[in-house]
Amino acid sequence: MEVINENAAMLSNYEVLTLLKELQSQNGASKGKSGKIQQNLATISYETVTYLEKTPCKYQSPEIIQKLLQELAPFSLTKAEKLQLLNHCPTTAVEIQLMIEESEERLSEEEIDKLLDVIARCLPGEPEEEQEGEGEGEEEGLVGEEEEGQEEGEEEEGVQGEEEGDKEGEDGEDEQEDEEMEAEEAIEVIED
Amino acid sequence: MFVLAEMTDTVRIEPWLFHLKLNDAIKFELHKKLANKVVHNVGLCIALHDITKLDDSHVIPGDGASHTKVHFRYVVFRPFIEEILVGRIRSCSREGVHVSLGFFDDILIPPDSLQQVSRFDETEQVWVWQYESEDGTHDLFMDINEEIRFKVVDEVFVDTTPVGPEDLAEPVQDPLLENQPKKSPYSLVGSISEPGLGLLTWWT
Repeated sequence: MEVINENAAMLSNYEVLTLLKELQSQNGASKGKSGKIQQNLATISYETVTYLEKTPCKYQSPEIIQKLLQELAPFSLTKAEKLQLLNHCPTTAVEIQLMIEESEERLSEEEIDKLLDVIARCLPGEPEEEQEGEGEGEEEGLVGEEEEGQEEGEEEEGVQGEEEGDKEGEDGEDEQEDEEMEAEEAIEVIED
Repeated sequence: MFVLAEMTDTVRIEPWLFHLKLNDAIKFELHKKLANKVVHNVGLCIALHDITKLDDSHVIPGDGASHTKVHFRYVVFRPFIEEILVGRIRSCSREGVHVSLGFFDDILIPPDSLQQVSRFDETEQVWVWQYESEDGTHDLFMDINEEIRFKVVDEVFVDTTPVGPEDLAEPVQDPLLENQPKKSPYSLVGSISEPGLGLLTWWT
């Protein structure tokens, strides 16, 4: 076996996640034929998918990524830096300083804020983070329930309109409208 | 975190797999050979991305299987140096903090790469960051299963191919008797000495 190029291209977490999920569904469909469950592949793809599903890449799509890359063009970042921003979705200036080398010299404070703004706009973060921010002042004990309520279709009744257990992934863009939706959702009861 | 590695190999397909489409049989064999394995100086192979080129298949006299030279691209886990990753603390020991990513476990953060002024608490067997602020020193514990953000500082590849029967100057060590420390073929060294690194809860 020969390795022609050990670093032909960099892949984003989103691409790897899509590939692995596709592989899993193919293996699941044709299981009857070969019957051999490839143990190594199953192990590594299960573990990797489990890890990647906890990252923001779960909510990305090719269009979102393209849009983000276009908006990042004026900042003149290296490929590796853009990839890290895509994979991590930083929300604070500290994280930006970590991922972008010499950010203090290359970017002014304004630009760092603009950068954070671009990321927040283009990349749908986990609804959970924004919900916790809103939910904190209202009810404390519901954090655990919010995390459980993340699976699509599972929503719990919000007493006095605090529960945000939103439809994840579908309404990535509606996060900003959460506060408005809260009052409306107070009445909605969707149970599994 | 992940890279695409272009590789080429001669894949041997045994006769009982001839009923499958060639591409599927090759995919099957490549996964069997490489998934979840570390290739020296390349990284941890995850899954096949695609097949770029298939040369003609040959049947060699004396062997009923077909041999095909395949050019393919594989998804490999290999973070670049200075990349930021988020993992979970697996355990703490005197050697440092062991972090795991779920699919990859050999990540160590040695004691000198921890945040300034950290000490090892013997009773709880955890590392503690003694954070100084205006109101005094806070002890921030690095508990197990906590999510931790770290920077990759170094990677170590160890060639673990078996050693052949050579004339060894030293007496041969019986692998069954000796508890030889298992060398992992690919391990990472991390660091959390910069602002923003460490447990996620420290920086929110």
